[in-house]
Amino acid sequence: MTTALYDIPGPRTRRRHLFYGLAASAVIIALVAWIIFLLFDTGQFVAVKWNPFTYEGIQELLLRGLGNTLKAFAYAAVLSLALGAVLATGRLSEHRALRWVSTLVVEFFRAMPVLVMIFFVYVALKVEPLPALVTGLTLYNGSVLAEVFRSGVNSVERGQREAAYSLGMRKTQVMTHVLVPQGVRAMLPAIISQLVVALKDTSLGFLITYDEFLHAGKLIASNLNYGLPFIPVVMVISPIYIGLCMLLSWFANWVSKRQKRNPKVEAVEVAAAEPGPLLPGGHQPPTA
Amino acid sequence: MNVLLDNLSLYGDGLLGTVELTVYASVLALVLGFVMAAFRVAPVRSLRAFGTAWVTVLRNTPLTLLFFAVVLGLPRFGVVLPFKLFAIIALGCYTSAFICEAMRSGINTVPVGQGEAARSLGMTFPQTLGDVVLPQAFRSVIPPIGSTLIALAKNSAIAGSFSVVELLGVYKPLNEMGYSIIWTFVWIAVGYLLVTLTISAVFNLLEKHFGVAR
Repeated sequence: MTTALYDIPGPRTRRRHLFYGLAASAVIIALVAWIIFLLFDTGQFVAVKWNPFTYEGIQELLLRGLGNTLKAFAYAAVLSLALGAVLATGRLSEHRALRWVSTLVVEFFRAMPVLVMIFFVYVALKVEPLPALVTGLTLYNGSVLAEVFRSGVNSVERGQREAAYSLGMRKTQVMTHVLVPQGVRAMLPAIISQLVVALKDTSLGFLITYDEFLHAGKLIASNLNYGLPFIPVVMVISPIYIGLCMLLSWFANWVSKRQKRNPKVEAVEVAAAEPGPLLPGGHQPPTA
Repeated sequence: MNVLLDNLSLYGDGLLGTVELTVYASVLALVLGFVMAAFRVAPVRSLRAFGTAWVTVLRNTPLTLLFFAVVLGLPRFGVVLPFKLFAIIALGCYTSAFICEAMRSGINTVPVGQGEAARSLGMTFPQTLGDVVLPQAFRSVIPPIGSTLIALAKNSAIAGSFSVVELLGVYKPLNEMGYSIIWTFVWIAVGYLLVTLTISAVFNLLEKHFGVAR
């Protein structure tokens, strides 16, 4: 590991590091042991609290919740990709009015908490929880994706555009045949990372009583007959939820590594697998 | 317009709640994020592993799930704190993972030669770190930290659903009093714009003052 912070360690330093490592490991193990002790001490591993998970009805309830979560995610992902494409087209347009309107829309929805939009649609427009959740997620993620698409197209080397124009291509042809394919390929990791954000945010549906995964967990956790198995529910739900998001994040990283070797993106710098830019008000972070 | 003027104190309390949550959680996130970033670049493997686990898990945790676990879960272990403190812990820990990543990639932008040059001049580790590496890392870290803190301010809206006074929660009493729901939300939106644009402005200033000239 080369870093600006320190040299390659010599024998004495290595011994010192070994000692630090052992001490740190001891502290971490003690911490974990303490948490496990607390779990046992407060009676989280008693049979009453874990039995419900063997019941078919409970399993079905959880699976239905997970299904609803994935359903909301699928709708939100498809719709926000579409909205992102539309808004990015608007922002890259040569017509000033169109550019102006889409910039306003994108900047507004990026600066607004998703939850405010979800609650607005849910409370003011009085729709069902699912469409409210999907609308909120679509508006926010669509706006962020629009910025990702736009920065992808803009980061394609200038020569590509110039070469395409000098071959006699029209404006639309330059976009669809030259700039967009390269820009989107380079931005693929960032796009997938934004979808991870959308997947995580489907859990906001819990707050507007959409019967998704967390909601199913809450139903089980608040059942007196099962001894209020709150901690067991968290221990069952979080690995699944976090695992799903991790899987998608890893996929983004994998795509990022793969695209860097792809000769088709030589003229663009491949984005890191990180959620899109957030700073509203003009400034763009360097890693778009 | 009446909604705002009639309920100025309600909106004021909400805005103050959001600002308080944002400020306290930001401090927690910056401190924790710094510690975790230090762990992640440490020469000790177990600390690196701990930092990596912290970041990977928290970055992939839905914030609602974290709120759910902290606000409703910690009391099962006999930890009883005000809801606001729970919300600050959840928000701070969640954001610390993103801050940690921003700081780590900031440190990684400093060329290896800078550290090597510092050491070959005979500088000690604290000197290398404090006089050479960190000042350079600090510059490139300003914009990503700014956008992370803006995300934190927006995420604080979730706390409203867990019995904490903040801006979004203001809609509930106003809705019951029969005010126009559209205008209620318009003023809530203005409040959030105020908070996020202020953070954005502060970080743009910092960037202008300290940023690297590219």
